[in-house]
Amino acid sequence: MSWIEADSGAALTLSVNGMRHDLKLDARVTLLDALREHLQLTGTKKGCDHGQCGACTVLVNGRRINSCLSLAVMHQADEITTIEGLGTAENLHPLQAAFVAKDGFQCGYCTSGQICSAIGMLGEWREGWPSHLGDRADAAPAIDAAEIRERMSGNLCRCAAYPRIVEAIEHYATHEGADA
Amino acid sequence: MTDVSVKMDAPFEQSLLDRSPVPTIGKEIARIDGPRKVSGAARYAAEHFPDGVVHGVLLRAPVGCGRITAVDATAALAMPGVLAVIRDERMIRNAGDFGGDAAPVQGVDEVAYFGQPIGLVVADSLERARAASLCVRVSFESAPGVFDMMAARDSALPPTDDIFGLFLIHTEQGDVERAAGEAKFLVDTIWETPSQNHAAMEPHASVAIWQEGRLTLHGSYQSPVVTRDQLATVMGLPPSQVRVLSPFVGGGFGGKLGVMPEAVAAAIAAQQLGRPVKVVMSRQQVFETTGRRPMTHQRVRLGANRDGRLTLVQHETITDQLEGEVFFEPAGLATHLLYAGENRMVDHKVVRTNKQLAVSMRAPGEAVGLLTLECAMDELAERLGLDPIELRLLNEPETHPEMDVPFSSRALVDCFRQGAARFGWETRNTRPGQMRDGDWLIGQGVAAAARGNLFGPSRVRATIQGDGRVLVETEMTDIGTGTYTILAQIAADLLGMPLEQVEVRLGDTNDPRSAGSGGSWGATTSGSALYAACAELRARLAAAAGVPVEAVTLANGVLTAPGISRPISELVGNGLSVEGATEPGESNQRFNQTSYGAHFCEVRVHAVTGEVRVLRWTSVFAAGRILNLQTAISQAIGGVVFGIGGALTEELVHDPRTGKIVNRDLGEYHVPAHADIPAIDIQFLEERDPVANPLHAKGVGELGVCGAGAAVANAVYNATGVRVRQFPITLDKLLPGLPPVAG
Ligand code: FES
Ligand code: FES
Repeated sequence: MSWIEADSGAALTLSVNGMRHDLKLDARVTLLDALREHLQLTGTKKGCDHGQCGACTVLVNGRRINSCLSLAVMHQADEITTIEGLGTAENLHPLQAAFVAKDGFQCGYCTSGQICSAIGMLGEWREGWPSHLGDRADAAPAIDAAEIRERMSGNLCRCAAYPRIVEAIEHYATHEGADA
Repeated sequence: MTDVSVKMDAPFEQSLLDRSPVPTIGKEIARIDGPRKVSGAARYAAEHFPDGVVHGVLLRAPVGCGRITAVDATAALAMPGVLAVIRDERMIRNAGDFGGDAAPVQGVDEVAYFGQPIGLVVADSLERARAASLCVRVSFESAPGVFDMMAARDSALPPTDDIFGLFLIHTEQGDVERAAGEAKFLVDTIWETPSQNHAAMEPHASVAIWQEGRLTLHGSYQSPVVTRDQLATVMGLPPSQVRVLSPFVGGGFGGKLGVMPEAVAAAIAAQQLGRPVKVVMSRQQVFETTGRRPMTHQRVRLGANRDGRLTLVQHETITDQLEGEVFFEPAGLATHLLYAGENRMVDHKVVRTNKQLAVSMRAPGEAVGLLTLECAMDELAERLGLDPIELRLLNEPETHPEMDVPFSSRALVDCFRQGAARFGWETRNTRPGQMRDGDWLIGQGVAAAARGNLFGPSRVRATIQGDGRVLVETEMTDIGTGTYTILAQIAADLLGMPLEQVEVRLGDTNDPRSAGSGGSWGATTSGSALYAACAELRARLAAAAGVPVEAVTLANGVLTAPGISRPISELVGNGLSVEGATEPGESNQRFNQTSYGAHFCEVRVHAVTGEVRVLRWTSVFAAGRILNLQTAISQAIGGVVFGIGGALTEELVHDPRTGKIVNRDLGEYHVPAHADIPAIDIQFLEERDPVANPLHAKGVGELGVCGAGAAVANAVYNATGVRVRQFPITLDKLLPGLPPVAG
């Protein structure tokens, strides 16, 4: 049974939303569970734990990842941004504000993931990453609804706020510059 | 304890909502809980961390029918951090669902379906509990079970319970056989719809805490008070010793009603270990161990005269359910009232299978019943050579076609007419398979929506505090439906307060008991109870100001009446509190109350691959007064997308040898994703329904899904000329019938 002797929890430091946290974690702890259960940053949600829903999306060095598919010990050197790092209820990030204004959610459980994913996605767009729709980033001046739908399809919303999530992202991308 | 109540025995002619000088009701008001949700500050069930909390993982039966004979936990218990492997006779087989305060079937040995909970492994971390759960050895004897409903159809029997008289089991009038023989045009069709999963994004979760013999549970529940009552029964406690909290619920759709296995397991473990226990279901457990919309086999037979008038409306449904459970899928619900026709029969039967519990899922009945009825109407229209809308307008009934009662309000015809104009129905393709755009076949479809509305018992406490702020408290939940915002709007409008001055507290069983979220009646019942409380508060404010209540206007925190203007905060002393309630009255029986709508869908189907894409959508609804246009449109969109998923992708696949759900995750059970959904155009017609309640509103939450799938299916038929009667319409079913690829 020695393989399960997880008392030898690995000491690690995670940098989340600009704050450093010293932790001692079982090597099996995912980045998602480290955030939720150990740092109690519960804004990041668990919908499937298998990379199938996007609710756990966070930004790692500015890139979006499914935090359920990554172990916490892999992120010692990384800068992690969660929904809590974007804005607060009293001081919303412009994309968060756009979600409220456009009603881009209902139950709110997929929402953190949608917002973090959208931030990462717009970065990918700016850098000219192609999508399944083809290599359009150079040609198109601003991202359109079809590109947003395609690129956001890893984020499920069972309440199906989809059309309004797309509106919120489009509004943010065109009005706030996607640089905020 | 209730101070005032409103009972609906007769129409409520004058709503105070029409007298608010600065109304928020009816407007597009952003959710007041929005900032908390978009910033991650809203705390859902699993997001509580009481001191010393440990983690439980459910153990589940690896057999579809039989008996657990031994459970060897030696290895698991030897693993680091493992605290207990608990198998307790009080644990429940499945959700409590409609069971009132009764306990669901209990025990951990007899197995009725694959994946049934049979114990709980508890450890000091999630990782350790999960690893240990894989090391528990379960021995079992299997017994022959019934796993294939379609194969066992001959064993179907009438349901044992009509669910408070709401689900009519069998109705018949006229002579259906004669009508079938005499009909000039007859459509006689068999349809199959699969099991589905609610797949709310938040998995079911509970955190149980015991303190001095009292149990507190943070849980993800649509009706916390029903969960509390069932949990109390299971634990052998008076309900007053149990408190359930569900202020934020990450989606429900019917899948979080009654008490669930994880809550009972957490409560038992926390009691045994003397420390708080958190049990969160994995997504696979949600799929296998909570509830499903049951599969159906439906026969729809419609007969019509040459002029298009229906002479026969017949709808027979066979569905499946565990032995001993009362819920059945009432697929004929809307068939009773949607169209005229003298000879009618609606029937339901149930096959008892060894498959996961069947429960209600968003619009139980109509969601799958209108799917088939509205497709059959499309087929009949084609036989008759009539426009599908024309056929429906020809068969519009004046009163309820089966009961001698009027409709409280019914704007189905308007929904069709206005929807047709918005969508551009007149330019549609009229010949199936004949409209092409390169490799894509284009088609349009239409279908009616209908969902019953009811008035139920609910309680709300409204308080004007000494500082003039308003507090609204009820056990009612907001599962994404907009309850927080809608209740705040009602209080703001009726008490003349700015919206920011109103605080709403939900989802706590210590607060007045509501009807819960379900059946689309949450907003109307809790809103009406709040209406009653606010009406009484207005009277007390008027009395305090010494003026007759009819003369009073309340706005911006100030009471005005001829010759007087007083800040409301000056009239309430240390605070004024009133508990309002609703009681169902005779109006539920004297009128049929139903919300209506019409869906218009355009699809394209790839002529080579059979891939279906939804291109364009319009729905027009009439649901009485719309309380918040913003949240109502969101609810409607959500329903429509549920319908699209049901038509095209969603199907729980059961292994016919064990009943096990094969596609038990979001990678294999396909709910619609962003790329599947175009812009959705929604319109609500101006309507008031004084019969329904003091708000003049009807239910909205489930209306969108009703008939939506049929609009998709009819559009696919229109595009391809292929009628698929086994849902979902996947490309493998379309391919054989697609027109030859143009050469
Ligand atoms: S929880 Fe990570 S993708 Fe679903
Ligand atoms: S808002 Fe409920 S799942 Fe997206």
